[in-house]
Amino acid sequence: MTPTPHAERSSLKWIVSDVAVIAQRDLLALVRIPTALVFAIIQPVMFVLLFRYVFGGAIQVPGGQYVNFLIPGILVQTTIFGAIGTAIGLAEDLQRGLIERFRALPMTRLAVLGGRTVADLTRNIFVLLIITGIGYAVGFRPGGGFTAYVEASLLMLFFAYSISWGFAFVGLAAPNSETAQAMAFPIIFPLTFASDIFVPLQHMPGWLQVFARNQPVSQVATAVRGLMLGTPIGNAGWLTLAWGTGILVVLTPLATSRYRRAA
Amino acid sequence: MSEFAVEVDNLVRTFKDGEVRALDGVTMHVPRGQVFGLLGPNGSGKTTMIRILSTILSPTSGSATVNGFDVVSHPDEVRRSIGLAGQSATVDENLTGFENLRMIGLLNHLPRSFVIGRARELLESFGLADAANRPCKTYSGGMRRRLDVAAALVADPPLLFLDEPTTGLDPQSRQDLWAMIEGLVEAGTTVLLTTQYLEEADRLARQLVVLDHGHVIAEGTPQELKSRLGTTVLSLTFATVSDVARGRELVGDLSAKPVVTDGTVVELTVDAGPAAAAEALRRLDNAGVTILGLALREPSLDDVFLTLTGHKAEDAEGAAALAGARPGRKARP
Repeated sequence: MTPTPHAERSSLKWIVSDVAVIAQRDLLALVRIPTALVFAIIQPVMFVLLFRYVFGGAIQVPGGQYVNFLIPGILVQTTIFGAIGTAIGLAEDLQRGLIERFRALPMTRLAVLGGRTVADLTRNIFVLLIITGIGYAVGFRPGGGFTAYVEASLLMLFFAYSISWGFAFVGLAAPNSETAQAMAFPIIFPLTFASDIFVPLQHMPGWLQVFARNQPVSQVATAVRGLMLGTPIGNAGWLTLAWGTGILVVLTPLATSRYRRAA
Repeated sequence: MSEFAVEVDNLVRTFKDGEVRALDGVTMHVPRGQVFGLLGPNGSGKTTMIRILSTILSPTSGSATVNGFDVVSHPDEVRRSIGLAGQSATVDENLTGFENLRMIGLLNHLPRSFVIGRARELLESFGLADAANRPCKTYSGGMRRRLDVAAALVADPPLLFLDEPTTGLDPQSRQDLWAMIEGLVEAGTTVLLTTQYLEEADRLARQLVVLDHGHVIAEGTPQELKSRLGTTVLSLTFATVSDVARGRELVGDLSAKPVVTDGTVVELTVDAGPAAAAEALRRLDNAGVTILGLALREPSLDDVFLTLTGHKAEDAEGAAALAGARPGRKARP
């Protein structure tokens, strides 16, 4: 039997509706636990202050001020860290039995993961705006113009969104939320710190430079920084898009099949 | 449409590559419009059965239909016709009672305006109206269970699965929930209830299936089951292990069922408690065997299992549940 166009339209409608219901639920939880939100903001603010005022004086960046080098990096780091929320949230839902309830409902299979990642994306937009404001307060003055700033923001949000799907897989594989968090850090630390988020690559040892130069987070940071500051980015923008797309293509089906088997 | 709400035929579910047979060839038929009880200790396969019937888990072999729909080939139709509550499902701690019901209603693809009215109606009838706008983490255990059942009813399903709905509840909350379930059945809902309490099955269920290690070991009405059991347990406590052996010999024939010995305690399942107690005392006294204690009590689920299977209800994870705590999640296979 071939589905009628009407049936297709209505099923798309339900997919969107289910994702929205789950995303709303996850965002409500965020608002209900304000301390979690406050700490989600405090951590990047500490990084800004630490690198701007403590380490910043000792870090040499080619041409220009360190604060302009730093803030785009912090933004990339914070949005990627935000993706851990997906791992913790899903592990928690699984542990508590909420996923079981969802699986017994006639809802779209994908909506639990889709809604969770969309909630992370929404939170990341909010965090990005706040860190941008704080950046301004400590002297961040990007020269790339408004359009380029928006482009840079979309690029890093897209990349962080693709990482959310990776963490969806981690969250579903972990026995509980504490383990999910512990499993996420060994993945995220080398990616964010062995990159040019905080320091230019040329000060790292040669072997580390090879890794740092070629891993995706450096591409994101290079592209975002270049766009925001109005400096050339080479092919970093395209590489970021390619990495993000590649991660989504591989991890969306992996996470989805894990979801089908989980619980 | 079939006269049965649930038809299960030779259902098998294994875990860990066949090492664990959680359900090992179960056949059962749940008639419409009544409470059907699935009785058994932890690990007997009750929750696995509920998870298969609610499409959370797929069967290894055998078949199961729910409201006439096969759980494997038509899972969406099954999901649209059931409600699930109890240890297999839960509420969102961070949302309010109202938000929980609204979320479940919307995920059931019901119209928004209907969902809002239905949520308020359910909160009212489950005595949660005052707490409707409080996050569920502030709810008591009893309130949480009531909201859990309410969530399963948002879409007004003809069939409700309740997986150990009263485990860990205080006696008053248990009574309240029982009354609620009776009200639902009066209004025409079919309820498949799992429980480890004989008392609960006795009070609510018209028919019962007793599971042990994934097998059906008994079925029938609670009355039939009890008459198979004997009505009273006579418990004798002896001073020494050698007295136990002598005592067993002297009083063993008072029970038609196997005599159970646990340390210095000997237990017999008997029909006429006081008469059997008097006879036991007379025989022991004549033989000069002293006892430290004698008690008559109602049979428990443990006795059901002892009588039906000859082994104790193995309770790998039941300690917490019996202590009244919220049962832990089952380990995910």
